[in-house]
Amino acid sequence: MTDAGSLRMTEASRSNLPPLELHVPEPRFRPGDAVDYSHLVIPQAGAQARPDEGCAASETHPLCLDLVRVLGEDHRAVGPWDPKLDPETLRRMLRLMALTRAFDDRMYRGQRQGKTSFYMKCTGEEATSIAPAMALAGDDMVFPSYRQQGILIARGYPMVDMINQIYSNKADKLKGRQLPIMYSAREASFFSISGNLATQYPQAVGWAMASAIKGDTRIAASWLGEGSTAEGDFHSAMTFAAVYNAPVVFNVVNNQWAISSFSGFAGAERTTFAARAIGYGIAGIRVDGNDPLAVYAATRWAANRARANGGPTLIEHFTYRAEGHSTSDDPGQYRSVQERSEWPLGDPIARLAAHLEALGEWTQEAHAAMDLELAEQVKAAAKAAEANGVLGHGLHHPFRTLFEDVFEELPWHLKEQSEQAIRERRIKWPEWKEEDS
Amino acid sequence: MSEQPSMKKLNMIEAINDALDVMMERDSNIVVMGEDVGYFGGVFRATAGLQKKYGRTRVFDTPISECGIIGVAVGMGAYGLRPVPEIQFADYIYPGLDQLVSEAARLRYRSAGEFTAPITVRSPFGGGIFGGQTHSQSPEALFTHVSGIKTVIPSTPHDAKGLLIAAIEDNDPVIFFEPKRIYNGPFNGYYDKPVEPWSRHPAGAVPEGYYRIPLGKARVVREGEAMTVLAYGTMVHVAQAVLAEKGVDAEIIDLRTLVPLDIETIKASVEKTGRCLIVHEATRTSGFGAELSALVQERCFYHLEAPIERVTGFDTPYPHSLEWAYFPGPVRIGEAVDRLLKA
Repeated sequence: MTDAGSLRMTEASRSNLPPLELHVPEPRFRPGDAVDYSHLVIPQAGAQARPDEGCAASETHPLCLDLVRVLGEDHRAVGPWDPKLDPETLRRMLRLMALTRAFDDRMYRGQRQGKTSFYMKCTGEEATSIAPAMALAGDDMVFPSYRQQGILIARGYPMVDMINQIYSNKADKLKGRQLPIMYSAREASFFSISGNLATQYPQAVGWAMASAIKGDTRIAASWLGEGSTAEGDFHSAMTFAAVYNAPVVFNVVNNQWAISSFSGFAGAERTTFAARAIGYGIAGIRVDGNDPLAVYAATRWAANRARANGGPTLIEHFTYRAEGHSTSDDPGQYRSVQERSEWPLGDPIARLAAHLEALGEWTQEAHAAMDLELAEQVKAAAKAAEANGVLGHGLHHPFRTLFEDVFEELPWHLKEQSEQAIRERRIKWPEWKEEDS
Repeated sequence: MSEQPSMKKLNMIEAINDALDVMMERDSNIVVMGEDVGYFGGVFRATAGLQKKYGRTRVFDTPISECGIIGVAVGMGAYGLRPVPEIQFADYIYPGLDQLVSEAARLRYRSAGEFTAPITVRSPFGGGIFGGQTHSQSPEALFTHVSGIKTVIPSTPHDAKGLLIAAIEDNDPVIFFEPKRIYNGPFNGYYDKPVEPWSRHPAGAVPEGYYRIPLGKARVVREGEAMTVLAYGTMVHVAQAVLAEKGVDAEIIDLRTLVPLDIETIKASVEKTGRCLIVHEATRTSGFGAELSALVQERCFYHLEAPIERVTGFDTPYPHSLEWAYFPGPVRIGEAVDRLLKA
């Protein structure tokens, strides 16, 4: 027990102490600032050790503070992490990344033209979904965030179906219920995207635990942005994965910005995001997210480890969000436009193209021709989807579908409300017939 | 006689910003925090300019953790600050529920008043912006159901400023839901017609400086004899437009505060009109309309000349493409008005 006298003593002795100060992180560059990234430590490609996939988790922990890189300044693949992919596979990877970018460009324009309400690009981050999708088995279950459209593209999910969802039209497999880009594609082993942040992380662990309970061979993988690592769900997922040694690959896409908040607001001033793995005692790798070969190799390492009952791995993809958070965002308000052009890890598509060129397996002419072809491919898919309608122009799912799938069966109160919705249509548009809705 | 304060024309975002500014100027214990509220000034611009004016230790960005945002607000309140955290969308408030429901709401009670949580959680809510199920919800009834939290919902710039000031000064935790559909103008439910800006609406005139609208006081938007309409937020404007179009002499009451509720104003009005229409955008089952209906039935039963009508959103998640089929708009309200008058 403290008596009043000792309390006064404490107050007196405190008078010599400096006032406490609150630290509030502030990014290095704001609009108009010249950008200088010399503070970023970019280790040489090929310099990082590659421990055995079955190693103790602690052997990976130096990699959590390093940066696994394969493609060097000379565009050659070097070091123990070189996945040694054949040129055919490399060209496929390049094509899928370029297709994702072409898709984003067209859908962004579609939103600006009023064909839908919202869109999110993944420009500059294509490697963080295309390369993992190629390194995982096609039936490994993925629990993505909202910027992994590349996974669906890599898994060959029909682009028309993606656009139908974005336009919320009558052919949208999700019946016009979800915000654009919040896909769900069970046939592609792609879990329904929530829109709420980090919720998919513990779910991926649960799926992986179920796969282990059932003696399956499939593993799970999940993605979130560095900002979302602040959510409790991220930490719950880490704990469960560590406790049950769940066969899961965690991807943290560190694209430096969570809308207007730089990575310092998720803790980046103190340590890396990969270093979260150290505290939980699981394997971790920090990888150059704009180096598709390094991303592929890290994912392959983690997938092989998980499949061999070696447990979870956390992979931080160090990359840059080249565009706004979404069509509702204006990054020019809070960050320097020079950040993108000065980004020291370049662009994943340009880097892989340069690598293929260095191998004598690609030319700039072939690249230009590919870009034209992909733009045409996306345009054709968009036209096909537009025939099913765009948002707000009447071509949507029938009104009664509004009430389906709340429960497996329609309870009385939803039946009544469904009838009410139909009645309201008839009042507003007396000529309207339910079958044309 | 006090001097009339000078007025300025503000939209609802500007009025909220003005309330925060006025209060931060008056009380150095007020801190504003949330995702993107600092340098950027909030995704809806509600905190624009405040960090520049009051510094980074009073207006700051936070990690993306609603649990953290509300939990640290409770701790700051325990120290003696008066935090005004923002949750970027009401749809994202759920990870913070434990801190709100188990902690902020009960702190005064469980410590017998030793500790309190004088925090005001601001959050945009409601639909009508094609925001899908993660940017459109109206979860007010989840909070009115919790003992120890006050729930406030403004419907005009004038009220938003006065109510936010009162909420910040209140010593109990307040949920302050901002109807984002009417940030820029009083949307009246006719989605195929343009919305007039607040600058052309009388309630877009906002007094300069400090003023408060007490919590727990409803506003009679329009006096009338034919029926009483209970609404809040966006639905005040929708109900008003529909009843005007139908030429019904309705008494329209904007509740402004759901808890504590202005039961006297409600009772006096229903006793006068004998008919009651309740309108909210949130889902129907266990919505706040159920509480209102029970109260009116308990306290005005012998004055009622017709069954109480509730007009609400449907009991489904908020849809994207069929947003206007979901929204309790003019047709749904009109039908209920007809039923009430025929009964």
